[in-house]
Amino acid sequence: MSARTRRLLELAVEIAVPIALVALIWVYTDTSGTFYYPPLSEVFARFADTWLFERVGSDVWPSLRRIALGYGGAVIVAVAVGTALGSSRTLRRATGPIVEFLRSIPPPALIPFGIVVIGVGDDMKVFIIAFVCLWPVLLNTIDGIQGIDPTLKDTARVFGISGKDRLLRVTLPAASPQIFAGMRLSLSLALILMVISEMVASTNGIGFFVLQSQRSFAIAEMWSGILLLGILGYVFNLAFMVVERRVLAWHRGARASSLG
Amino acid sequence: MLEVSGLGKTYGEGETATHAIGDVSFELSEREFVCVVGPSGCGKTTLLKCMSGLLEPSRGQVVLRGRRIDGTPPEMALVFQDYSRSLLPWLSVRGNVMLPLRHKKLDKAESARLVEEAVEAVGLSGFLDRYPWQLSGGMQQRVAIARALAYQPEILLMDEPFASVDAQTRGDLEDLILQVRDRYDMTILFVTHDIDESVYLSDRIVVLTPSPTEVREILDVSLPRPRDQVETKEQPEFAHLRAHVYRLIKRAGPKPAEPAQTQAG
Repeated sequence: MSARTRRLLELAVEIAVPIALVALIWVYTDTSGTFYYPPLSEVFARFADTWLFERVGSDVWPSLRRIALGYGGAVIVAVAVGTALGSSRTLRRATGPIVEFLRSIPPPALIPFGIVVIGVGDDMKVFIIAFVCLWPVLLNTIDGIQGIDPTLKDTARVFGISGKDRLLRVTLPAASPQIFAGMRLSLSLALILMVISEMVASTNGIGFFVLQSQRSFAIAEMWSGILLLGILGYVFNLAFMVVERRVLAWHRGARASSLG
Repeated sequence: MLEVSGLGKTYGEGETATHAIGDVSFELSEREFVCVVGPSGCGKTTLLKCMSGLLEPSRGQVVLRGRRIDGTPPEMALVFQDYSRSLLPWLSVRGNVMLPLRHKKLDKAESARLVEEAVEAVGLSGFLDRYPWQLSGGMQQRVAIARALAYQPEILLMDEPFASVDAQTRGDLEDLILQVRDRYDMTILFVTHDIDESVYLSDRIVVLTPSPTEVREILDVSLPRPRDQVETKEQPEFAHLRAHVYRLIKRAGPKPAEPAQTQAG
């Protein structure tokens, strides 16, 4: 079998298996669907009714806004703080135990605190999402900055590269593979915390919709919400991979060439 | 122009202290090509780091044109042995050579000209937009040399720059560095452990002892220039110098090993 046919075959399998699985569920639920597992055709119909595009403004948009603010804010703060901590041993030692403690708190445990102090609005949800997203990016940034090759630092010093040039063109790019690894981890956490925070003390959002549908026994609607969350997670990951491939193209190239 | 006097470097303190460099003194005159050779592990890299201001010497000083070096002086550039770790893989050849010029307050056309000239001088004109990892080892080291040239240093320090390339490429790079020296009118301090290389390249050779490093001997190389890989190395003086340096380093080597002790057990 040539490499080409082999690749085509693999691609075919990759596409065919999910389709077969969906078809199987479709057929199974169509004939023997129960109250909790409504026919897939019905779930799809509810999905179209709900998400194309009736509730986009009322539920999808607020959810996306929360995750964007929480995740974006966390990444900015984590990279800034991580760069500072990664460059200073003293700062790292001083903050080490605090960081370890804070990141050990299961974030949903902070929701009651958030409700009391920040309120039930968007700010609380953004805070919870940001809190959970902060740690993976922070720890990876610290690691990345700390691990910068001494030769590279010497190079920057000998050639007088300092300040903004040093930060943006030497330090951050050198740490970027690890920063991205942290950002990727945080992205899936962000989606989880978005849903959880919307299930507690909320009046809109996709997570709110899923819980509300379940409470009003609109099981097909509930499934349509779960389906949407799955799709969102998938799309987020895909978009992230596209960005990462572009930004870290040099890293893949350099690694491939060093492995020979 | 550059004076190293009584330079010493000790790592650590008390009984566990390592005396990397004992006492090193020598001078470099304008436009001179000086090679520093010594047995492996004799603290050559430490010496170079002290000279470039990357390391604070424990004793003595380095004086550049009457000014004591404190921190990395802008008149110096350094070519590292490990090009793959000193070039920035996220920048193209152009980006790498350009980066040190950004803070020099040159106008755009001027720095673009410096970059192109330097890249041309090392024979990589067609590769400006490639990335370092797309190039062979020898070509990457040429990029590192171009970066140093574009920076327009008065002194170029080189730390075993050709130690990680194959012999053929090494010869080419040796000739290249002699060419660019004439073109850019620089003083070069070249650290190597390769005796042939030191004789072939230099005006003077500083031979070091093993750690704690001291200067064993400084010798003049009066081989005619331009040098040639075949003709220069055929000359009796080349052979003579080579043998002399070789003996100096051998004699300076560590004491003959004690008879091996067989462990009971």
